Amino acid sequence: MIYIYFLAAIAVVVVAERVPSVGAKRALYAALGAALLLAPLVDRNDSDYNVLADAGVFVLLALGLNIVVGFAGLLDLGYAAFFAIGAYTYGMLASPQFGIHLPFWVLLFVAAALAALFGIILGAPTLRLHGDYLAIVTLGFGEIVPQIFQNLTAYTGGPNGISALDFPSFFGHSFGQRALPYYYVTLALIALGLALARNLRESRLGRAWMAIREDELAARHMGINTTLVKLSAFALGASFSGLGGVVFAAKLSLVSPDLFQFQVSVLIVSMLVLGGMGNIPGVVVGSLVLTLVNSVVLPQANALASAVGLHVDFSSYHFFIYGAILVGIMLFKPEGLLPSVQRREELRHATAPQDVRA
Amino acid sequence: MPLLELDAVTKTFGTLVAANGVSLRIDSGAIVAMIGPNGAGKSTIFNAITGIYAPTAGRIVFDGKRIDREPTYRIAAAGIARTFQNIRLFSFMSALDNVMVGEHARLRARLWDSLLHTPAQRAEERETRERARELLAFVGLERLSERYARNLPYGSQRHLEIARALASSPKLLLLDEPAAGMNPREKHDLVALIRAIRDRGVTVLLIEHDMGLVMELAERITVLDHGERIAEGTPAEVRRDPHVIEAYLGAPAP
Ligand SMILES: Nc1ncnc2c1ncn2[C@@H]1O[C@H](COP(=O)(O)OP(=O)(O)O)[C@@H](O)[C@H]1O
Ligand SMILES: [Mg+2]
Repeated sequence: MIYIYFLAAIAVVVVAERVPSVGAKRALYAALGAALLLAPLVDRNDSDYNVLADAGVFVLLALGLNIVVGFAGLLDLGYAAFFAIGAYTYGMLASPQFGIHLPFWVLLFVAAALAALFGIILGAPTLRLHGDYLAIVTLGFGEIVPQIFQNLTAYTGGPNGISALDFPSFFGHSFGQRALPYYYVTLALIALGLALARNLRESRLGRAWMAIREDELAARHMGINTTLVKLSAFALGASFSGLGGVVFAAKLSLVSPDLFQFQVSVLIVSMLVLGGMGNIPGVVVGSLVLTLVNSVVLPQANALASAVGLHVDFSSYHFFIYGAILVGIMLFKPEGLLPSVQRREELRHATAPQDVRA
Repeated sequence: MPLLELDAVTKTFGTLVAANGVSLRIDSGAIVAMIGPNGAGKSTIFNAITGIYAPTAGRIVFDGKRIDREPTYRIAAAGIARTFQNIRLFSFMSALDNVMVGEHARLRARLWDSLLHTPAQRAEERETRERARELLAFVGLERLSERYARNLPYGSQRHLEIARALASSPKLLLLDEPAAGMNPREKHDLVALIRAIRDRGVTVLLIEHDMGLVMELAERITVLDHGERIAEGTPAEVRRDPHVIEAYLGAPAP
């Protein structure tokens, strides 16, 4: 049953991006939106919404990272740090930890702002770095942040993290243990994220991002303040992750440092690579495919294996499986499943490294 | 008051003196050329003007303000635009988008406007697109506006770089070897285009190797050799200058 959601969503996006008529495209997306909103009338299995809400969080993360990597061309391998910052914001300010119980809705804003702030703080030292060097430094930050949360035991509960986080409530109705309300929250946040990402792409700032991605020196000659423009990419990208972190923590009612390891950053980058870096629909498809593999296919494979008496834990091979998927993509469709026209062209004419001289 | 004034600008790279005490004055509304053999330091002077290289010594004053310690983006916003000796377009953006990026400094949209597409932002975007189309038409590229910059023919890429540079409504346009690789017909069109640019009120400083083009177009010429200014004057004066004949032209002018 759960497969239907993923496959239908993926199919609708892929088809909608192929149909030539704008009207048909809008109709397809409207139908998908309506179906997702109304699904709970038919499907009353809350565990489906549990999986879907997690998938939604990852779609949100991928949309955010796409701003940094896809739009501005800044390869960030430590994106999970901002996810952790969002989650710990909720963990520390809506739990018995300090006896502070701020509302979920307020903390969404707080976490988005804090993550953006840390996006700037961690982005600032990397401004002069490019390519591999940038990737390595951001990777380091991605490792440091969960370590800090782990070591600040007095505030964060150390390796055990913080548990028994508050249930959010909506006009006096507590979310309780159910996943369904989170499903709706992630749908709303994805709708918001899609609208903002699309607006940004078609704007002065979005063009400036593309320009620095193509040729930073030429971009400066256009009057683009590359420092400001890069920091705004880091900040905006991180804020999506902050939102995702709050939802994730609230739904799990737990935060702990091991939830935000390097794997999470790699997973999100893989979603972009798989779907098509820079292209919003592609990124959505990439994140749906990988969450489908991760949270549906692998657990079911495990169940199947043990049913026939085998003792293999397929989930422990997930890295191997992402690796295989990425190698496959690189070999057969390096621009991703649903790339932007731009990306496809770029890879077709792999360019020589840029001359730093004018 | 000159629009641009270089006062004894020196730029060294290690032991190499790429520009040695170069002075230059450009009046508003002029077309001025800079000539000299390869490696003379011409592009280095452009890079010093646009803030890519901080001069080792000397001052650069533009429009009454010192700019030699300003970052490139501020110099661009203050009204200096340029093209590059090796074309540097945004390869995988359409010709139209290239010109729209060129308008960046003129636009007022803030972060909020870009995020939320406020009515002011929408109006500005429409106007930006409209102006970009006009500029593409001005350089003769209106029919290629949706093509990726890298897929344009070479001559069109040079024109697109000019359109992109004009998009910020600069006071001064720096052209680094704009006729390089062009055939005589294209060069002829380029001369007309540069005159039309000047007639829009833009002052032009160009580096060029084609003597015919320089003599036809420039009102004043500065000659560099080994990083030093060896002559400055009208085309007729420069043509007669013995230093120039010796160092650059190699033979007496007709
Ligand atoms: N970034 C740089 N680093 C080292 N040397 C440079 C650099 N830029 C230019 N040069 C050197 O400075 C000299 C002048 O170069 P350039 O200004 O490009 O000459 P022109 O444009 O007149 O042909 C050359 O010898 C060149 O190799
Ligand atoms: Mg040169």
